Parts: sequence; C-alpha cells; structure tokens
Amino acid sequence: MTLDAPLAPARDTEADQRPGTDAQTRLKIIDGDVHPALRSIADLKAFLPARWREHLEVYGSRRKLGMGYEPYPKSAPRACRRDAWPVNGGYPGSDLDLIRKQYLDAYGIEYGILGPLGVSGHSELNQEFSAALASAANDWQREHFTGPEPRLKSAIVVPTEHAEAAVAEIERRADDPAYAQVFMLTRTSEPLGNRRYWPIYAAAERHGLPVGMHVFGSGGHPYTGTGWPSYYVEEGAGHSTSCQTAVSSLVIEGVFECFPRLKVVMVEGGFAWLPALAWRLDKLFERMRSEVPHLKKTPSEYIRRHIWVTTQPMEEPENRQHLFDTMEWIGWDRLLFASDYPHWDFDDPFRAFPAGLPQERYRQILTGNGRAVYRLG
Amino acid sequence: MSDTYKGAIDCDIHPRVPTPRAVAQYMDEHWRDTVEVRGIETWDSIAYPPNAPLTVRPDWRKVGADTDPAKTAQATLDRFGFARAICNSLFPVQFFRDENLAAAFARALNDWLAAEWLAKDKRLVGSAVLPIQSPERSVEEIERLAPDKRFVQVLMLAMGEHPLGKSMYWPIYAAAERHGFTVGIHAGSSYHHPLTGSGWPTYYLEDYAAQSLGFHTQLGSLICEGVFVKYPKLKVVLIESGITWLPPYLWRLSKFWRGVRNEVPWIDRSPEEYVRDHIRLTIQPFDAPPSAAHIGRIMDQLQSDDMLLFSTDFPHWQFEGADMLPPGISPELARKILVDNPLATYPRLGRPA
Repeated sequence: MTLDAPLAPARDTEADQRPGTDAQTRLKIIDGDVHPALRSIADLKAFLPARWREHLEVYGSRRKLGMGYEPYPKSAPRACRRDAWPVNGGYPGSDLDLIRKQYLDAYGIEYGILGPLGVSGHSELNQEFSAALASAANDWQREHFTGPEPRLKSAIVVPTEHAEAAVAEIERRADDPAYAQVFMLTRTSEPLGNRRYWPIYAAAERHGLPVGMHVFGSGGHPYTGTGWPSYYVEEGAGHSTSCQTAVSSLVIEGVFECFPRLKVVMVEGGFAWLPALAWRLDKLFERMRSEVPHLKKTPSEYIRRHIWVTTQPMEEPENRQHLFDTMEWIGWDRLLFASDYPHWDFDDPFRAFPAGLPQERYRQILTGNGRAVYRLG
Repeated sequence: MSDTYKGAIDCDIHPRVPTPRAVAQYMDEHWRDTVEVRGIETWDSIAYPPNAPLTVRPDWRKVGADTDPAKTAQATLDRFGFARAICNSLFPVQFFRDENLAAAFARALNDWLAAEWLAKDKRLVGSAVLPIQSPERSVEEIERLAPDKRFVQVLMLAMGEHPLGKSMYWPIYAAAERHGFTVGIHAGSSYHHPLTGSGWPTYYLEDYAAQSLGFHTQLGSLICEGVFVKYPKLKVVLIESGITWLPPYLWRLSKFWRGVRNEVPWIDRSPEEYVRDHIRLTIQPFDAPPSAAHIGRIMDQLQSDDMLLFSTDFPHWQFEGADMLPPGISPELARKILVDNPLATYPRLGRPA
C-alpha cells in the first residue's frame, strides 16, 4: 500500500507541480513520535531481573497517579486509532508487521523515533523499580522493534527522578546507534530545569543525544497549579502548560548556560504556545535580571538555540496564516514532524499541514530538521 | 500629554496591600481579637515580593504612589485623565486554610477598600474579594455587597483549590449574574498546590511567568464545565493574565473539543465562540514584542475587537512612561479598548458622571 501524496502542502500555491510517486521524489520523513506497545506485560518481564520480575508480579506498577492507567478515560480504548488494532490480537503499536504496513511503508517513513509510555518506569513510586523498568523498556525496544526494523530508532527511557540510575542507563546505551535520543516525560516531581535532573543533561550532552520531553507522566502533584480538571479535553489541551513549565524551568535555571550543546525536543505538546512564552519570559527577564544573574542571554535566545518542538497535535486556527506566522516566529528550523502513531490524534504527514505551506518549509519540517537534531547515524 | 487616554477606564489598579492589623480595624470584636491574640501580624504572599522590580514601578515607588488614593490619582487618573479605575486588592485572603477566617478577612478587606479608597475618590470602583475557600461564604459576601454600586466585580485568583468551572462554584456565578457583577480572575495563587503540575519553580520570575498557565486551566474549565451554557449573561475578565497565550491555547482547546466533544456534550459551540462572547482580558501585560507588525498579527489572531480592556496594572512595572497601549493600535480600536469595551463588560459601572 502506498499513499498517493508524496509531496503534500503548497497545494493551492503550487498546484499541479506535484511530482510523481516514485521513490526518489518521495520525502524521506523523519517522525519524532511513534509509540510502541507491549503485547502483554510478559514482553517486559523477559527483560527484568528476577528480583524486579517478582516485585512486578506481587506488587505491580505503582505510579504517582494512584491508579494503574490514567485518571482521564481516553477518547478511545488505549487512546488508539481504531484501525490500528492488529487483527491477530495484541495492542496497537505491538505488531511490527502492522506498523510497517500501516505506517512505515505506507507513508515512506525513513526514521521513526520511538517513545515508550505506560509501564516503562515513568512516574513509578519505587525509584529502584523505576530504574529496572526503564532499562527493561530499553532492552525491549531494541529486541522487538529497532533490531528487526532499522527505520525505527529507540529512545533511552530514563528513571527521571533517580538521576544516578538515569545516567547509568544513558551510559549503558550511548554507544549503541539504535538509540536516537533520551526520553523523559514533562510532568515531573520538580520542574525539569531543577538541579536534580542536571546529571541527565550532562550525560545527554556528553553523548550528543537530544533529550525528548514527551507530555504525560505524573510528578505526584495535581496536573495543574489549581488542582485537577474534570475532563480529558482539558487535560489534552493543557499539555502545552506542562511543556511551558519545562521550557521556562530549563531556561531560567540556566541549564543551557551550563550545557551549551544540549538539545531539547518538546514532544506531543503542539508548538504554537512557544512564541508567547518566549515573549513573556523576555519581558520578565528585562525586569528581574538581578534574580537570575547566571543567565547571559535573553530567554528567547536560549529557546531559539536549544529548543525544538514537534508538530503534533497540530494547532488548527481558523485562518491558516496564523499558523504560518507562528511557525515563522518559532523558526522554521525548530519544527519537527511527529505523527503520534498509533494514537487517536495521529497527524498524517500528508494531511495535517494546511495547504499553502511553502514546499521548502514543509520539506524542512518533515525531513531536514529531524536529521539535524536526532542521533540517526 | 495627548488626549488619548482621556475618559479611559483603567480595569486593573492595585492599592498597596494593607497589613492584617489595618484590615482588622474593619472586623467585629471577635475577629479583631483573633488577629491580636493569635498574632496574625503578617500575612504575606510570595507573589509580588514588595521590593521586586515588577511589584512597583521605580518612579511610583519613589513617591509611594500606591499608598493612598490621592497619590494614586496624581500618578495616573489626574495625569492621564482616566474616568474610572477598578481597584483590585491583592491582600491574600485566599491563603487561609480556615474558611471562617478567610470570610472574616474578605469582609473586612472589602470594607477597608470601600472606606479607605472608594469613599475618597468617586472615580475609584472596586472588586469584592471572595473567600473562595467556601462558595457558600462567597455568595454571602456577594449578597452583602450587592447594594453597594461601587463594587462592580467579584474577584478570584488564577490558582486555587480547584479549577473554577467546577459546579461547586456555580452558586457564585449565579449570584454574580443575578446582581450584574462581572467575574474577575486575577493573576495569583493561593499556593494550596504546587504552582505547576510539575512542582514548585525556583525563581520568582518563573512564578510570575507560570501565572498564565493558571489562566489556561481556568479558561478550559469554565468553558468545558458549561458555566457559560448555564449562565449566558456572565462575563469573566482575565486580569493580568497576558494576552498572547490565548489564541494558541484556543486552537488547542477547540481541536481537542472537536476530537472528544462527546465527553462534554453540553458544549455545542466551539470554545473560541464562548471566549468571544464571555471572556475579556486586561491589556497589561501584553506579552508581545514592541512591534506594530507583531501586534497586528496578534490582534488578527484574537478575531475580536471586543475582548481587550484597558489596564495600567498600576503600580506594577509593566510599561515605561505613558506607553500604555501596544504599538500599532488604530484610534478606533484604542477607543474601544479604553472606553467602550470596559463599559460593555461592567454593567455595574454605569456611565461615568
């Protein structure tokens, strides 16, 4: 199966200039957010040492959510596309053949960067267990996905709240080219610029690995500074706030002053929130520079240099020019395509971008920028 | 000085935060005793540290311009010819864990404002601070102040115990709507939760920046819970929230609503439409580069000329000199922001004398 949409947007400005569908003219898409899934917990157990396998069997995964899954029931089972369930059983994202057929082959994906969620150490209350689960999730990705399928790249899941173990995990994987980035979630126990996380950034920088910060997780606090919203629609829209907390904290704490080669990719929070945040921080920096003398540049300069944003879920203003203005303000070289396959709010690389996006920009977002950010070699 | 601001309605000024003892003068004997006996000498928030640059603009700090109504008038109303100014008290009533104490302080604070500020300058009107810890007590305070037309708004903070759209708060909206009060949500937190969903940020700069995140949550909550379906006449003003965060958040919220609207079936219009009908924002801070081209694009994103309300945020240091409107605003739009929109938003304000 091949979709007949090799070089999409710019439909109305460059009508009838679409090249054919042969392999050479097809975009080599780099996707910053593909979610693999366990067929069952047995997949993960196979990589856990006996001590933690038994712990998992007896006590289970106990996350800072107070429950096994997520407090907001999703819009669909496992928040997945209904057509992504493998016919032979298992969950969406667990069957490599279906991922190939439905996504990698169909869209001409050159690289898809994996982002393991669920039981993989994130937000786990027991920190040693968190480290064991993260390590198992890394082995599992390697064995089940990136080993047999070189178009998929692993992310090094780290036990975020246990920096020492996180660094050890990065060191264990860093020499393996199958790992393209370090992977953390945005809702953490402290804002992500806090010094407790700095050893993780030092290790990532040392190995030339970008750090992907994906929405979700739980730091053990209400999801907002004013308590718990009621609805999934609020949580979903609100992910951009945890991204803003992370970016503010990284910048203002001076993480980029200390780690000048660090690259951070914000994943699945959309992107349109970034210019307003940068303007707000710049204004406050002008007023209260004396509080943060460790910063040598303006917040927007650190953001422009160190932060990338993935495009999914693409913001959809009524007037597409508003989106293009926003992209311009962020910088065309900072935007990375992500699909979020196989989740329900999947962005189709050929249909998610509004018409009128200049083809050169589109190409940059779908393929060029990712090549510059991720460790793909 | 040009006449640009003549007749303007300043929708956000801050009298200097009084001490608990000054507020206690307006309490009954029991609560006055409580303040003395229990030694409530200070009740300070970590928001707006008194000596922080943002808290008081340097030239205003020098003359203590926020310390009494005459000095405030000299610094702003007289100088620029404003017709009215809405006083928002930031004494942190919301911090108390005891709702009785909170209610006593809210009553006294509102009476303090009426006596010490509103009574002294007819151009000044006030917001009634609610003891939000108890919706029931909040309604009592609204009922108590409803006959006093100098109070035009009820006031809550951007971050508290729960998102403000939840039905436990609806009696407040019913009472506000009944008496024509506008509902104001001002930057600030009760700090009953960590300031962000990822815990406490280190710096004050981050704290202030994160206030806009509280507004994201409140706006999503008010819309999704159906407050504007239930109270169709209600107007909510986001005060000192910043402006530029709003369009991108609405793009997200509207998209998610389209995707999962079966979760909130009472919401039968796009969130963007509810916002245009019910939400207003004060213009300081604006959070945009000082460029007419940017402002033009942002105004276009807002898709409404009715939503912005003039504010100085006096004495907070948001602008220099008299640079109170963002660049590139047409005289027609300026007139709406300065006068027409505030009048349409605050029915209790009435026409200026």
